Amino acid sequence: MSAFDGGGAGRVPPITPQLALRVAVLGVIAFALFGIVFFRLWYLQVLSGDQYLRQARDNRVRELSIQAPRGAVLDRNGEPLVENRVATVVKLDPERLPVSERDAAATWGQQVTSRTRRPKGKKGPQIRIPDPTTPRLVLRFKRLGRALNMSPRTIQERVVRSLTLVPYASVTVKTDVPATVRNYLLERSAQYPGVDVQKVYLRRYPNRDLGAQLEGTVGEISPSELKLPRFRGVHQGTVVGKEGIERAYDRYLRGVDGAQRITVDALGRPKGTPQERDPVPGRALRTSLDLDLQRTGEAVLDRTIATGPGTAGAFVALDPRNGEVLAMGSNPSYDPAVLSRPITQKRLEQLFGPDAGSPRFNRAIGGLYPTGSTFKPITAFAALSQGIITPSTPINDPGCIEIGAAKQSFCNAGKEVNGTLSLPRAIQVSSDVFFYTLGRDLNPLDGQPLQRMAHRLGLGETIGIDLPGEGPGLVPDRRWRDNVGERERRCRERRHIPLTALVGCGISDMRPWTVGDNVNLAVGQGDLQASPLQMAVAYGAIENGGRVVRPHLGVAVEDQNGRELQKIDPGTARRVRMDPGARAAIMQGLHAATTGDGTSADVFKGWNQKSFPVYGKTGTAERAGHGDQSWYVCFVPNQSRPIVLAVTVEDGGFGAEAAAPIARVMLAQWFGQKKTFIAGKSHTR
Amino acid sequence: MAPPRTTVPPIQEVSDAQPTALPRPSGMLLPFDPILFLAVIGLCIGSLVTIADATADDIAGQPHYYVTRQAIFFGVGMLLALILSRVDYSRLRELKYFVYGLLIASIVAVQLLGSVARGSRRAIDTPFFSFQASELGKVLLVVALSAFIVDRSRRLQARDTTARIMLLTLIPAAMVIVQPDLGSGMVYIVIGLATLFVAGTGWRHFASLFALGAIALALTLVVAPKMGVTVLHTYQKERLTAFLKPSENPADQGYQQNQSRIAIGSGEKTGRGPNATQTKLNFLPEHHTDFIFAVVGERWGFVGAAFVLSMYALLIWRGLRILTVSKNLFGAIVAGGIVAMLMFQVFVNVGMNVGIMPITGIPLPLFSYGGSSVLTTFLAVGLLQSIYAQGRAAASLKGRVLAL
Repeated sequence: MSAFDGGGAGRVPPITPQLALRVAVLGVIAFALFGIVFFRLWYLQVLSGDQYLRQARDNRVRELSIQAPRGAVLDRNGEPLVENRVATVVKLDPERLPVSERDAAATWGQQVTSRTRRPKGKKGPQIRIPDPTTPRLVLRFKRLGRALNMSPRTIQERVVRSLTLVPYASVTVKTDVPATVRNYLLERSAQYPGVDVQKVYLRRYPNRDLGAQLEGTVGEISPSELKLPRFRGVHQGTVVGKEGIERAYDRYLRGVDGAQRITVDALGRPKGTPQERDPVPGRALRTSLDLDLQRTGEAVLDRTIATGPGTAGAFVALDPRNGEVLAMGSNPSYDPAVLSRPITQKRLEQLFGPDAGSPRFNRAIGGLYPTGSTFKPITAFAALSQGIITPSTPINDPGCIEIGAAKQSFCNAGKEVNGTLSLPRAIQVSSDVFFYTLGRDLNPLDGQPLQRMAHRLGLGETIGIDLPGEGPGLVPDRRWRDNVGERERRCRERRHIPLTALVGCGISDMRPWTVGDNVNLAVGQGDLQASPLQMAVAYGAIENGGRVVRPHLGVAVEDQNGRELQKIDPGTARRVRMDPGARAAIMQGLHAATTGDGTSADVFKGWNQKSFPVYGKTGTAERAGHGDQSWYVCFVPNQSRPIVLAVTVEDGGFGAEAAAPIARVMLAQWFGQKKTFIAGKSHTR
Repeated sequence: MAPPRTTVPPIQEVSDAQPTALPRPSGMLLPFDPILFLAVIGLCIGSLVTIADATADDIAGQPHYYVTRQAIFFGVGMLLALILSRVDYSRLRELKYFVYGLLIASIVAVQLLGSVARGSRRAIDTPFFSFQASELGKVLLVVALSAFIVDRSRRLQARDTTARIMLLTLIPAAMVIVQPDLGSGMVYIVIGLATLFVAGTGWRHFASLFALGAIALALTLVVAPKMGVTVLHTYQKERLTAFLKPSENPADQGYQQNQSRIAIGSGEKTGRGPNATQTKLNFLPEHHTDFIFAVVGERWGFVGAAFVLSMYALLIWRGLRILTVSKNLFGAIVAGGIVAMLMFQVFVNVGMNVGIMPITGIPLPLFSYGGSSVLTTFLAVGLLQSIYAQGRAAASLKGRVLAL
C-alpha cells in the first residue's frame, strides 16, 4: 500500500488501483446479494403472495377429530357380544396443565416401573402419587371436584396415571356424567380451563362376563404402539384393541375417525360454521361362538368350581369340520365393563391379580397342563402306526408293571387289576399299564414316533388361533431333555453352583432321557404340557379322519347392515394319515368309555347314545404343586352339528368327577337335550 | 511525486513507526457523514415501529415493554457512537493487544458466568439486559485484526501473515461455536476473511483458504459423525438443512422457516396492515428478534421490506465510500471489516426469513430487539463516522503528505 496523496482542499484523495479493485469487488458482491434478496421478495410477495395469504389465513383453522364408532362383535346368530354405547365423559387437556405436573407424572411412572422390576419381597413401599404441583392446580382440581362430585385427590390420581401411560392424551376424569353437570361445565368453560365434556363411544358388554377373555379390551393407542406397522396411518388418540378379539381383528373393527375444521380467532374461540368430514364406522365381526352354548358352559363350570372340587378351569368347543370355535370359556372370569372406567392400581390388583386367580388369563388357549389319560388315543395311534400292536393284540394288566433297568414300578390308579385286554377295552377302562407297555415299547424306536405323532396332531406348538395369548405347550423328547440339562449345566457354571448340588438353577435335574419318561408321556404325565385347545384340535382330527383344523373365532366381516364383506376361513393346518382300522378301533374304545362300565359311563347315564353317540376320554393328571387336574375330551359326530369338546378343571380331582359332567351338560345344550349333571365315580387316571 | 515546494512545515519521514495523532486544524468542526446518519436513523425508527406493533400482545399488561427497552438501547448506542466518532480511531491501533485480550476474556467470562438459555450459554444476565459477549466481540475482532494486519502490511504476500491472522480469527470463532453459537462464529470468520481481503492478500491465498474451509466443512459434516465425534449438535445440523425441508410440524426445525415465508409472502405488495396476525399470534416464534424482517414483510408488504433493505444498502454504500476516503490503511481495513460484518448479517438474517438461507441465530443489525447487538452496531457506526471524519479532515489539510 502506498501513501495517500494529499491533494487540494476538499478533494477526495485518490486510492491505489489494487484497493480500488477490491472495493469494487466488495461492491459487486453487495450488489449481487441485495439483488438476490430483492428478487426473492418480489417472488414471494408479489408473484406468489396470494398463495401465502391463503396459508396464513388457514393457520387459524383447528381440526377436531370425530370419533368413529367401532364395529360390533357378534355371535354366529347375530347376537351382540360387544357393542357401543354413547357416554358423556369429562376430559382434561394435558396441554393446559403446568409443565411441573407433567414432569411429576413422568417421574412417578419411572419410579413405579423400577419398583415392579425389583424382586418379589424386596419391592419396598408403594410409590405414592404426588400431590398437584402448583397451588393454582390444587384450586382447579378442588373446583372441578366440586362440580363432578369427586375428591380432588381422585382427580389428581387419574391425571397422573393417564399422563404416565400416554403423556399427550386427554385425561378422562369422569365417565358418564349427567346432562346437568355437562351443561354446567360447558356454560362456565372459562372457570374450568382445559376441561372438555365430550360424547364418546364406549364399549358395552350386554352379556357381562360371558366370554370376557375372548372379547378383550380397548384403550387409546400408546406411543410405542404408534410405531408398529399394523397401526400405520392411525393417529394418536385413536381407541384400539389391546387384547383378545378386539386386538386380533382391530383392523376391521376400528373405523376411521372423521374431522371437523373450525376457524378460530386469535384467542382460539370458534367462529363461523364448521366443515365436517364424516367418520367411517368400523366393520362388525361375526364370530363362530354360540352364545347359548357359551352361557351354559360358563354357568356349569362356574357352578362346579363354586360348589364342588376345583379352583379354576376352561373349556373349548370346536366344529371339527372347519375349526370354528363354538364356545370357549375360562374360569375365573370378570366383567369387562370394570376396565372401561378409570380404576385404581390397588383395585386392579385386587380384581385381576394372581390372588384373584388372574381372571384375564385365557386358560382355554394359554393354560398348559399335563393331560392325563386323554393323551392315550395319541399313544394308541403311534403304537398302531408303528406296528407294535394291532387293534386286537392282547396285553396283560395285572395292576402294576416293572420297567427299566431299575425295575421301577408303574401302576394303575389304586393298583386296579384289569386282566388281559386289547386296545378298545384298554381305552374304555383307561388301563394305565396297557399304555405304559406301549410307551416302553415305543421308546427304543428311531425318531421317537410317540412324540412325532403328538406333534403331527398339533401338540407342542401354537396352532395359530386368531387370539393373542396362545401357549405352545411341550411334548418332551430326548432332545428337549438334553437341552434343558445343558442350560442347567451352563447356568450352574455361571453361578458357581456345584453340579452335584441338589438345588441348582431350577431349570432341570440334568438327568438324561430314560424309558420312564416315554412311559409317563404315554399316559399324559411327566413333562407334557398341553392346552384344552390343543386337545380339542387333536380329537377333532380323530373325528374327521385325520384333518388337523386351524381353530378360529372370526367367521366373517360385515358392515353395519349385516351384509357380509369378507369371509374368514384359515383352512386346514395339515392332514395326518390315519389307518381306518386304527381309527375305528380307537373310536370303538372312546365310545365304549361312555357306555357299559366305561370310565364316563355313569356320567352319561340316560343320554341318547343312539342319536348322539358320545366318544369321550376321561383324564386325571397329576400336577406338581397342585391337586389332580380333571380332564374330559369328547366328540359327537353328527351330520349337521358335529362337535368336539375339551373340558379341564384345575384341582378338580378325577376326570369323571368334574370335567365329564360339565361336558355332558354342554352337549345336552348343543343337542337340545335335558341338562343333567352327574358326577361320575370312576377313579382312574 | 514531488510535493510542491511552498512554505510548509518539514516533511515527515516515511516510517513504520506508530502514527502520532495528527493535529486537528483549529476552528474546524470535524466532518460528519449525514447520509450514513440518515440511514441509521431510518433503521432505528423502523425498528421501533415494527417492534411496537409485533410485541404489543406479547406480555399481558405491558404492550410497550420491548419498545421502551429498544429505545433506551438506541439512545445509549447513539451516545456511544457520537463519542466514538469524535475520537481518533487510530489510537485503537496502539491498544490492539488490550482489545484482543478483552475479546477473549469476555467470551471466557460468558462461558464461566453465563446463564444457560435454551441449551446454550451465550450471555451474562444483568438486571437490565443480558450481555452477549459474542456480539461485542465482532467489533473488537475487527479492530484487533485490522491492527495486526497493518503491522504486517509489508509482508502481506507471505503465507505466514495470512496464517497468523486466520489463527487469530479462529480462536475466538471456535470458542464461540462451542457455546454453541454457530452464527456468530461464522461472522467472525467472515470478518477475518474480509480484513485480509481489504488489506490486499493475494488471490491465491484466498483460494487455498476456501479449499481448506471446504475440507473442514466436509470433515465436520461427514467424517466426524462417522467416527462418533459430534462437532455439530444434531439440532444445529437440522437447522442448517431445514430450509430445504419446509414443514408444518411445529416440532420440526423447518416449521419456523415455513411460517416465516408464509408471513412474508402474505404481505403481498403493501402488507396486511393490522390483519398481520401470522407474526403476532405465536405462529412465528422470535418475531421480535430473528424473524423481525418477516413482521415487516407481513405488515408493510413489499414496499416496507424494500424500504428496510434500501436503508441497509445505503448503509453499505456509505461504508464502502468511507473505506475509500480513509486516511490510513488501518481505517480502510476497519471500515472493510465493518462493512463485511454488516453485509453478512443482513444477508443471512433476511435470507433466513425469506427461506433461502439456513437458520442461524444472527440478528438483523439495528432492527432486531437486543441490547448487545444494537450497541455493537452503534459502536461500528461510530467507528465508521470516526474514520470518515479523520479521513476528510486529513484530506482537507493543505498540501500535507500523509504517511502510513
